[in-house]
Amino acid sequence: MKPVYLDNNATTMSAPEVVAEMLPYLSEFYGNPSSMHSFGGRVGLRLKQARSDIAGTLGCQPDEIIFNSCGSEGDNTAILSALAAQPDKRHIVTTRVEHPAVLSLARHLEEKGYEVTYLGVDEKGRLDMAELGQAIRKDTAIVSIMYANNETGVIFPLPEIAALCKARGVLLHTDAVQAVGKIDIDLAKLPVSMLSLSGHKLHAPKGVGVLYVRKGTPFRPFLIGGHQERGRRAGTENAAGIIALAKAMTLAKEHMVAENTQVKALRDRLEAGILAAIPHSLVNGDTEHRLPNTSSIAFKFVEGEAILLMLDQYGICASSGSACTSGSLEPSHVLRAMGVPFTYAHGSIRFSLSRYTTDAEIDLVLEKLPGIIETLRRMSPFRDEEAAKPACTC
Amino acid sequence: MWEYTDKVRDHFLNPRNVGSLDDANAVGEVGSLACGDALKLFLKINDAGVIEDARFQTFGCASAIASSSVLTELLKGKTIEEARALTNKDIADDLGGLPKEKMHCSVMGQEALEAALADYLGEKAPAHEPEGELVCKCFGVYDGQIRRAIRENKLTTVEEVTDFTKAGGGCGDCLEKLAGILAEELGQAAAKPLVELQVKRPMTNLERVKLVTKIMEEEIRPALKKDGGDIELVDIDGTTVFVSLRGACKGCPSSNLTLTEFVQKRLQELVEPGITVKEAK
Repeated sequence: MKPVYLDNNATTMSAPEVVAEMLPYLSEFYGNPSSMHSFGGRVGLRLKQARSDIAGTLGCQPDEIIFNSCGSEGDNTAILSALAAQPDKRHIVTTRVEHPAVLSLARHLEEKGYEVTYLGVDEKGRLDMAELGQAIRKDTAIVSIMYANNETGVIFPLPEIAALCKARGVLLHTDAVQAVGKIDIDLAKLPVSMLSLSGHKLHAPKGVGVLYVRKGTPFRPFLIGGHQERGRRAGTENAAGIIALAKAMTLAKEHMVAENTQVKALRDRLEAGILAAIPHSLVNGDTEHRLPNTSSIAFKFVEGEAILLMLDQYGICASSGSACTSGSLEPSHVLRAMGVPFTYAHGSIRFSLSRYTTDAEIDLVLEKLPGIIETLRRMSPFRDEEAAKPACTC
Repeated sequence: MWEYTDKVRDHFLNPRNVGSLDDANAVGEVGSLACGDALKLFLKINDAGVIEDARFQTFGCASAIASSSVLTELLKGKTIEEARALTNKDIADDLGGLPKEKMHCSVMGQEALEAALADYLGEKAPAHEPEGELVCKCFGVYDGQIRRAIRENKLTTVEEVTDFTKAGGGCGDCLEKLAGILAEELGQAAAKPLVELQVKRPMTNLERVKLVTKIMEEEIRPALKKDGGDIELVDIDGTTVFVSLRGACKGCPSSNLTLTEFVQKRLQELVEPGITVKEAK
């Protein structure tokens, strides 16, 4: 059974064009790009081209690109570099809704004696810019704020945040793993100091990413060894992965309009269909400023893992902010930061589409989901209690 | 992805005995929406003390639903005495096992059963109600529940206690308390299991800091004070503990010996073998 894949914020299918582009570099052209011989050298030249293509899609210079292995590496490198380069500054500003790559690192740094300010969000998952302004101090080494949230798709106002950080003279890193490829980002106009992105979220394979470091930003490497990436990230280049990433980013640029029209239309149809067919359901997050492919929907009285497993029966892949799916016992930190009530948080499902999502797939979800929720609600001890109460008009 | 047995999948996708029972004469309710799972068990017990019918309503994941479903199957036809003897292990075994992180679902079944039987017998305090002090504030788990889970399932690590009772799965503040309870149940001295805990799983920095601070305050400082000395904890960097000697210890010719032979040795015994103690400059 071909999966109905609506979990593209977790990972994506490598585009066929991307796979075709990278394959020769896994077989025929296996030379080391750093070698003196022309067999390796030709790989080096191809990497140079890839670097330049990627810089072109982001609006930056090729030498501002550092290739690495994943988004988590970019996040870690950016924050640790800022601290290492400014040893007198021991304060970090971030948000409560970041990816664990940033949050777990921040907590680890707190244990090491650094101070961290975690900015809260409102019920729609939005930041308070005034709070950010107040949080920045003289000893703030770096502000790290995600571009778009992986669970809700809520987009933070990065242009505003970047302008503020620039004015206050503080480094800004953005985890743009969910944003790159889905919304247009032009680093020529967006004054962030550093930006992390990951290949497998935009139809390149897993194991390749980029940390963008703006020229003039103090930098200390995370991985020390060889001279690769001009000494900023040691390790023989993932040549095939980098070539794949360049192709994927070029394709994403070409599909940017479609992503924000066709994919968005499918997402909106899915969302509207679900809300219309299923009572006691609501959308998590700010629908005004949201990725075009993401929809996080909460279903009252039921639990997320149970919904996912029933969807799985039909080959439908989605994900959940529920505690039971993560192995932890608490529901998603993002939904909790937004103050989503427990009655909804435990039953939240995230659908994330891609340009490969079809109308038929959306139809299948709309056909199966209402029955699944109804089945689970019939089992739930809470529905009877709620039904007994007068309907809420709010 | 969780690895569920075919029987778990079957009872989740085709649950038996779902719904309420209008003529139930024993109802047990445990869990809450906030906790992420809840179970309401309805029993109809006849005059001979035999369970004639059993139904359930469950909010929770697949294993919670499957545990409730097999529980109702297991209960039908049993006498009250037989039902009393049923444990969470029986529920899990009947399902062909549960992932260890999901064992608390079977415990929830057992607790609902106890609550229902208590309800039938008109006992005031159902079995799942506060027994001893509240240990885990996040999930409302009491001392009595934890001890029973340890005994009935022969638990040996704090991690297992969390898997079975959910205690300690939230903020983690009660982990030390759990280690203490576990130690008592296993019949060991209170300080020892803390060492055992870290054998099972590497100690986090936070745990190390808390434990070092505690031992400094409760044991090391009082001992030095007896000799007119004192010590201050300055910093902890990884496994290196920086201290500053005060009072009579300061400048004492045997202060080095005090640091290595007493302070460091004690911390190595009680916290972690790899601890080194240095005097802060």
